Amino acid sequence: MSVDSATVRRIAHLSRIAIEDGEVERLRGELNAILAFVETLSEVDVDGVEPLTSALPMQMKKRVDVVTDGGIADDILANAPLREDHYFVVPKVVE
Amino acid sequence: MSDPTHLSLAEARDALKSKQLSAVELTQAHIDAIEKSRALNCFITETPELALAQARESDARLAQGEARPLEGLPLGIKDLYCSKGVRTTAASRILDDFTPTYESTVSANLLRDGAAALGKLNLDEFAMGSSNETSAFGPVVSPWRRAGDPDAKIVPGGSSGGSSSAVAAHLCLGATATDTGGSIRQPAAFTGTVGIKPTYGRCSRWGIVAFASSLDQAGPIARTVRDAAIMLRSMAGHDPKDTTSVDAPVPDYEAAIGASVKGRRIGVPKEYRLDGMSAEIAALWDQGAAWLKDAGAEVVEISLPHTRYALPTYYIIAPAEASSNLARYDGVRYGRRERGRDIIEMYEKTRASGFGPEVRRRIMIGTYVLSAGYYDAYYVRAQKVRSLIKRDFDEAFAAGVDAVLTPATPSTAFAQGEKGAADPVEMYLNDVFTVTVNMAGLPGVAVPGGLAANGLPLGLQLIGRPFDEETLFSLAAAIEQAAPKIERPQPWWRED
Repeated sequence: MSVDSATVRRIAHLSRIAIEDGEVERLRGELNAILAFVETLSEVDVDGVEPLTSALPMQMKKRVDVVTDGGIADDILANAPLREDHYFVVPKVVE
Repeated sequence: MSDPTHLSLAEARDALKSKQLSAVELTQAHIDAIEKSRALNCFITETPELALAQARESDARLAQGEARPLEGLPLGIKDLYCSKGVRTTAASRILDDFTPTYESTVSANLLRDGAAALGKLNLDEFAMGSSNETSAFGPVVSPWRRAGDPDAKIVPGGSSGGSSSAVAAHLCLGATATDTGGSIRQPAAFTGTVGIKPTYGRCSRWGIVAFASSLDQAGPIARTVRDAAIMLRSMAGHDPKDTTSVDAPVPDYEAAIGASVKGRRIGVPKEYRLDGMSAEIAALWDQGAAWLKDAGAEVVEISLPHTRYALPTYYIIAPAEASSNLARYDGVRYGRRERGRDIIEMYEKTRASGFGPEVRRRIMIGTYVLSAGYYDAYYVRAQKVRSLIKRDFDEAFAAGVDAVLTPATPSTAFAQGEKGAADPVEMYLNDVFTVTVNMAGLPGVAVPGGLAANGLPLGLQLIGRPFDEETLFSLAAAIEQAAPKIERPQPWWRED
């Protein structure tokens, strides 16, 4: 499989990465080189093989449902590019 | 003491305990070395005041006979580990002046045990790279030079290139690193140092900037096998804040150094003998097997039939996980923000200007293989092949193999700009021997095997059973004992 320039633009938008018109061809070439490299997986017989979902067999650990942290709003906001009181500020998202 | 940066971590520990040296003297010697070695570009942020304050506390404890395991030992921290109150960048512009209000669990463990932190080490951006050339803070230079070619700037490997270069250049006694596809072992092999990626779950990932969460693992780079064992013991351990962290006691890894390897079965996988493998790498591999045989181990040929699919599988799974993990860099909660007419344009401009080309490329590949219509063909298929890769190892271990011996890299280090400029895949091939280990969640160690004809170091890799790092340390120590000793590189880069 290989991608065309419309697909490159669609992937960039899904990735939330702005691209210039002049970049599309180069990106198409690079993405297709990677896709050609991974194409070899299509020759592997994976019938009846379960997808690996955990590197090692382990039980998901659970803990008691109690509050163990919190009250650190100042810490959480400390690195925000734009904030007001205890809020992150973003461009308007609702009309 | 003349120049304490000559000491290994274990030797420095003993010199501090026997009062031949103070922690402040030891730390100051490393701070001086770092100041004279900025040409290597190992550090993104130096923290000399912090290190000296920790050293003063160590001297007080040493005087009272209350030394902790790493008391007074100055280390470097890969700038992927969050450091409380110290700028943390992941070598990316997108994090801007991000200053964590918390400390990663692994670096906190090192500080708990008395280490001093000299600063934050350079790396490939978000740990994506094999040469440290993708860093937004410029490439790291290796202290090693090719014979007869003093002008070529040799790469220290990646992504933990600041770690490997700083350790090889004696700017710190050891360094933290991380490994997603080979990022501890390949830089260690390129610089004649020792690097171990422990079993997935052995070290907490909490507070380490995430790349591919099912593959990422923390580990040390050091100059000797013993030093790596000492560091890993402090770094490892259960952490309730990482659900994949394993609740099992941490052995005294140092005790495994010097243990007999008599009767150990070492598997040599025939599939790693790639077409076109250099004669030098093949000879090193045979030599490694001979050294282990001389030490009493038994060497057997094994088969890991899905080896050749590991790298393509990695280049689906790792970008997929990265595209998801890196979605958090949106210009809202921390890091850089560009202005946009609406929130979508703000995201898109922020991420276009904040991420470098390799990171953008991997996010896009990851987004593509997870997108509707391609998810099964790429991502699910890759996860199935990953099961087969892991099964290959399971079967080898079930048949009685204690560890697997391979070369660490397909070549010695190369010079800046020599690889990957035209085709990103050329750079990816560096990890062909290391990436299988992350796929299967196993421990792997790179240990120096000697110098190539071009004067650059070569490394061997040992792969172990899950949570059997001790066997790896014993075997790596046997190779270290037998291999020609690698001398410290001449300090051509020093500005005295």
